[in-house]
Amino acid sequence: MEHLVQYLYIISAGLFILSLKWMNHPASSRHGVFAGEIGMLIAIIATFIGFPGVGGAVGIAFVHNWTWIITAFVIGTAVGIPIAYIMPMTAVPQRTALSHACGALAAALVGTAEFYQRQPHADTELRGFIMVALVVETLLGYLTFTGSLMAMGKLQEVLPQRPITYRNQNAVNFILFAIALGLAIWLVNDPTQTQLFPIFAGLALLFGVLLIIPIGGADMPTVIAILNSYAGLSACAMGFALSSRLLVVAGALDGSSGLILSIIMCKAMNRSFTNVLFGAFGQVQASTGKAEQRSYRSASAEEAASILEAASSVIIVPGYGLAVAQAQHKIRELYDNLSKRGVDVKFGIHPVAGRMPGHMNVLLAEADIPYDKLVEMDDINGDFPQCDVALVIGANDVTNPKARTDKGSPIYGMPILDVDKAHTVMVIKRSMNPGFAGIDNDLYYLDKTLMLFGDAKAFVSELVKELPARVAA
Amino acid sequence: MPSDLELGLFVFMLATFIGLEVIRKVSPLLHTPLMSLTNAISAISVVGAILITGNPDATMLSKVLGFIAITAVVTNIVSGFLITDRMVKMFKKREVKK
Repeated sequence: MEHLVQYLYIISAGLFILSLKWMNHPASSRHGVFAGEIGMLIAIIATFIGFPGVGGAVGIAFVHNWTWIITAFVIGTAVGIPIAYIMPMTAVPQRTALSHACGALAAALVGTAEFYQRQPHADTELRGFIMVALVVETLLGYLTFTGSLMAMGKLQEVLPQRPITYRNQNAVNFILFAIALGLAIWLVNDPTQTQLFPIFAGLALLFGVLLIIPIGGADMPTVIAILNSYAGLSACAMGFALSSRLLVVAGALDGSSGLILSIIMCKAMNRSFTNVLFGAFGQVQASTGKAEQRSYRSASAEEAASILEAASSVIIVPGYGLAVAQAQHKIRELYDNLSKRGVDVKFGIHPVAGRMPGHMNVLLAEADIPYDKLVEMDDINGDFPQCDVALVIGANDVTNPKARTDKGSPIYGMPILDVDKAHTVMVIKRSMNPGFAGIDNDLYYLDKTLMLFGDAKAFVSELVKELPARVAA
Repeated sequence: MPSDLELGLFVFMLATFIGLEVIRKVSPLLHTPLMSLTNAISAISVVGAILITGNPDATMLSKVLGFIAITAVVTNIVSGFLITDRMVKMFKKREVKK
């Protein structure tokens, strides 16, 4: 029986790897989800039938406290199903942050429980690397828990999205972290010092909050990816504490996934990890954001519609504003209308557009826009010079030509979509106010740029209304 | 025989490299579902949560913490896999004929 359980764990680990591998293409991605589900099911069954008992024997008969376990499963399922089906796609970043928080909390609580449970045998069961694994698991778990809750609060806009900073912030954070680390080392040396543990856990919780408050909304894609990585690593540390290879594999997969995504996000903003975490983006520019009055051109929906109608190719550049305005279905109508007229419509997607990696793709896919029309930055930039109209909806910094030219700009060096190379640029925006990053966008003052003022959803539906009217005329 | 730590590190090293290689090939189109999928997979910590809650010697503290942990990760497993499936279903190559 014991061997069977180990083989089941191996199969489960293999299925997890396959699951991620099949995510490489939309055509196979549903198999990927299925493989993951089966892997998880096998792992849970194996845990029950391989439950360790006395004298090295295993079996489901050794499982106690069934009421607790089953009740928890029922509640978790009852909460999970509505979350999965009711959650609107625009709220996916918040849900992701919430589930990072849940996963991290679980790892931290299991670590805490193990620590106290093993106290009677501390000299054998909490020695050496097991204790190291436990403190890593709880440290990462608790800080990711509060950090993810803070990120969720910012995404849900119950907390201010702008960075919150104060003097000596980094010094305070560093000292706190150093104390937590000191306590961790002390605990590893002497695991019987149970009174230290709550202080250690409290510091980790506090550190998670302090780590996220100075980070602005636009940096959320990177932060979510980093938290994803931490949550994975804490599951991995649990694997070391329990000597479960399956947990190590699954945790490492999650950790490396978060790592890769955060590297991609950082590259897409031309910034380093430390800069994202400790740079308090947005704060710096607030002082440089004072722009002189410059002239720009604006246009009505009617004028904009006639330009779109005459175009033969249009590239739409979506950003976070699209998600806020929930404009994806209206954009789909515009896409349909223009496509029927023979206009070639594509979407140019910047890696950090939105609030999490891939956010725009999911929203546009939700509106039934075929995914071969969703083009990555590097692949679409060559098309802008031949494009008649670039329509920017709710995106700002990722289109700012200053990133190429102005060495003094905070976003200098960030790869951008070359929207300014299109023949005509149209920007749907609420007003001329710069975003909270406070960086003035030179794109808006070009001669070929038309500003379309209004809510993204309302303006796009006006555009759609104008278009058929012109056919009839 | 290698110790648990050595075996664990060995597996960790290999799994990290596999993870890095596999994830690098994931289409940027699918980065959001990828994150919710890995999130569901890392809810494998349900194994640890079951072990601590079902332990015959579990103290009240262990039972309570384990109970919360199972609830949290089962929520992640269920919502994670279902929402990932809901998302990847949306990615269609051609428009549906109306």
